[in-house]
Amino acid sequence: MIDQVPVSFYLLLGAILFSIGAGGVLIRRNTIIILMCVEMMMNSVNLTFVAFSRYLDSATGQIFVFMIMAVAAVEVAIGLALLVELNRHKRAVNIDEINSLKG
Amino acid sequence: MGQLFFLIVAAIAVVAALGVIFNRNVVHSALALLVNFCSLAVLYFMLNAQFLAVAQILVYAGAIVVLFLFVVMLLGAELGEKISSWLTVQNAFLAALGIILLTVVGTAVFENYINGARGDFTTEAVREYGQVQMIGSVLFTDYVLAFQLVAVLLSVGIIGVVWLAQLHLKRQSQGELND
Repeated sequence: MIDQVPVSFYLLLGAILFSIGAGGVLIRRNTIIILMCVEMMMNSVNLTFVAFSRYLDSATGQIFVFMIMAVAAVEVAIGLALLVELNRHKRAVNIDEINSLKG
Repeated sequence: MGQLFFLIVAAIAVVAALGVIFNRNVVHSALALLVNFCSLAVLYFMLNAQFLAVAQILVYAGAIVVLFLFVVMLLGAELGEKISSWLTVQNAFLAALGIILLTVVGTAVFENYINGARGDFTTEAVREYGQVQMIGSVLFTDYVLAFQLVAVLLSVGIIGVVWLAQLHLKRQSQGELND
């Protein structure tokens, strides 16, 4: 199937998803949506890794994706725990209301 | 045939990704995220990465989206922000920034020629040897240090989350002592 789909299609799809994720981080003010968009960006990078791994007949890209998945799982767990604690503390999910680190 | 299938799945992925951003309800965003993850899993199948496709569904669609939904419902944060209109000057500026990023990356994709060292795992070799066997043999020989570091990272993550979760109990008991 890869012979019919050029690798640049996969790379371009990864770029599109990454840009959408980056735009979402900038546009939305809800902390949970921002975390979701970060996940989306990580996933687009994963897609690029797998496409290169397939194209270059190498297993390294897939190992990379495996590690990224583990890191993403830890990141989401800690991020959401922080969000719950923040919500308990300030009753806010909007990132504009969480500005007490600003000098 | 393969190209058409790829285009359909890619379109689903992009629409779902836009749905994550442009949904006022966070629960709907989480469900759009689920669709996005599943369509990426289909693409992994197309790329002969069956193990990662299954791992993607297990880890992302199974664990991470459920965790998101759990926290959204726990916090009651379905409608965290008041959005009257998407068409504001700020959003237009940020969308333009996203398009510029896409143009830069897209140009890099199409202008460059990929030439790296080819590995041993051709389609025929993988078909004979097995996908999971291939990942396992590489993971536990060349990348065993990274594997162990990920194990340490997961342990640290668990400890961190438990510490964060008991933080308010500690604060409560301190408050009682001060009273």
